Amino acid sequence: MLKNRIIPCLDVKNGRVVKGINFVDLKDAGDPVEQAKIYSDGGADEICFLDITASNENRDTIYEVVEKTSKKCFVPLTVGGGVRSVDDINKLLNCGADKVSINTAAVENSKVVVDSSKKFGSQCIVVAIDAKKNGNKWEVFTHGGRNNSGIDALEYAKKMEDSGAGELLVTSMDRDGTQVGYDIELMSKISSKVNIPLIASGGVGNLDHLVEGIKSGKASAVLAASIFHYGKYSVKEAKQYLESKGIPVRT
Amino acid sequence: MNVTIVDYKSGNISSVINSFKEVAENKVKIEVTSDISKIKSTDKVVLPGQGSFKSCVDALQSIKGLVDSLNEFVMNKKKPLLGICVGLQMFADVGYEESETKGLGWISGKVTKIDNQNGKYKLPHIGWNQINIVKGSKIFKDIKDKSHMYFVHSYEFVPTDKNSISATTDYSSKHVCAVEKENIFGTQFHPEKSDKTGLKIINNFINL
Repeated sequence: MLKNRIIPCLDVKNGRVVKGINFVDLKDAGDPVEQAKIYSDGGADEICFLDITASNENRDTIYEVVEKTSKKCFVPLTVGGGVRSVDDINKLLNCGADKVSINTAAVENSKVVVDSSKKFGSQCIVVAIDAKKNGNKWEVFTHGGRNNSGIDALEYAKKMEDSGAGELLVTSMDRDGTQVGYDIELMSKISSKVNIPLIASGGVGNLDHLVEGIKSGKASAVLAASIFHYGKYSVKEAKQYLESKGIPVRT
Repeated sequence: MNVTIVDYKSGNISSVINSFKEVAENKVKIEVTSDISKIKSTDKVVLPGQGSFKSCVDALQSIKGLVDSLNEFVMNKKKPLLGICVGLQMFADVGYEESETKGLGWISGKVTKIDNQNGKYKLPHIGWNQINIVKGSKIFKDIKDKSHMYFVHSYEFVPTDKNSISATTDYSSKHVCAVEKENIFGTQFHPEKSDKTGLKIINNFINL
């Protein structure tokens, strides 16, 4: 039986791990290579790096981080943030990333998703969707949550599946950093709309939120940052809890 | 001893290289090449594969003499080869991803899309799943039945000769996730991304 995945996400800036509250107010939480290793040794099913301010800054530090991490971690590594082109994807994969997540560039030009999934295979193309509720729908935001594209998130999710995305990483902008739980309605609506796996993100504050993300949000995988970084829970504790709630996990 | 990872410019093989180097330490030489003369003289070959069946077969064929050298290595010299993911799928006679494409024909069978039961199962099959070991393969030495392995694929290998199947996994139906036929080994899952258990499989292959 396929297991639900727990993915700790490390937000990286200039080669260091940070985690923002609603994408601002950054705190330093350590070295990404060491943290990734601790997580993979602790049972994390995958590791995710998001180079959060990469759109505006020199990105070379992330390549070095990926290269070092991939020599120490033997679970899948997803890298995103500031990925603009097929060439960027190629570089990250060559450094040892197993999957690359594309956000703003996919909104601006879906051809990046079409071309990269053809060239490298859908298995390594994750489309990251930052969505925010507006009335009774959700809109897709770009540039680390700064710009509203006005695009309907559900329709966009379907379009990305058709373009060749292998997975969707869906973040609720409303919930990110709040620790009040995933936007379950958003997750379940998108998951029901597409036939590719969904990774839920944004808003985890406790282990019940992970359970909700999988059971009600229909996510294949749950991504979390703060609850793991600051030692509130270990990945192992999270897995034990999920298992106690009848969710299949790798132990 | 030399273990050669075939670099035929199809997909990302960094993780395969990293994992083999990690396991080999400095005792075994890990070579990454598409140079036919090196492949001919090596002791073991690893055939990775990402992307579609067709794109992998096309990429193999675009390197002059590579397919012939691999055939010679596997069928005549009977030296060990490990295919990973599409690397395993290419053992088949034919694959149906993108369009009908002829495979290497080392293990008779076909590669078809996993039946997702009208959307009941999401594809690709991504994540950790347990393997059911159906025969004692040499690369499964000290690997427990029901071990977790990391999978990413939408197509499955359906071999004609069921005796070649060494492990299956359950997703939508029971499908083949590892094969062994004499000197030919293959895993649909990614040992290079399957944590310590996966590294053990790589170690078993290196130590054959």
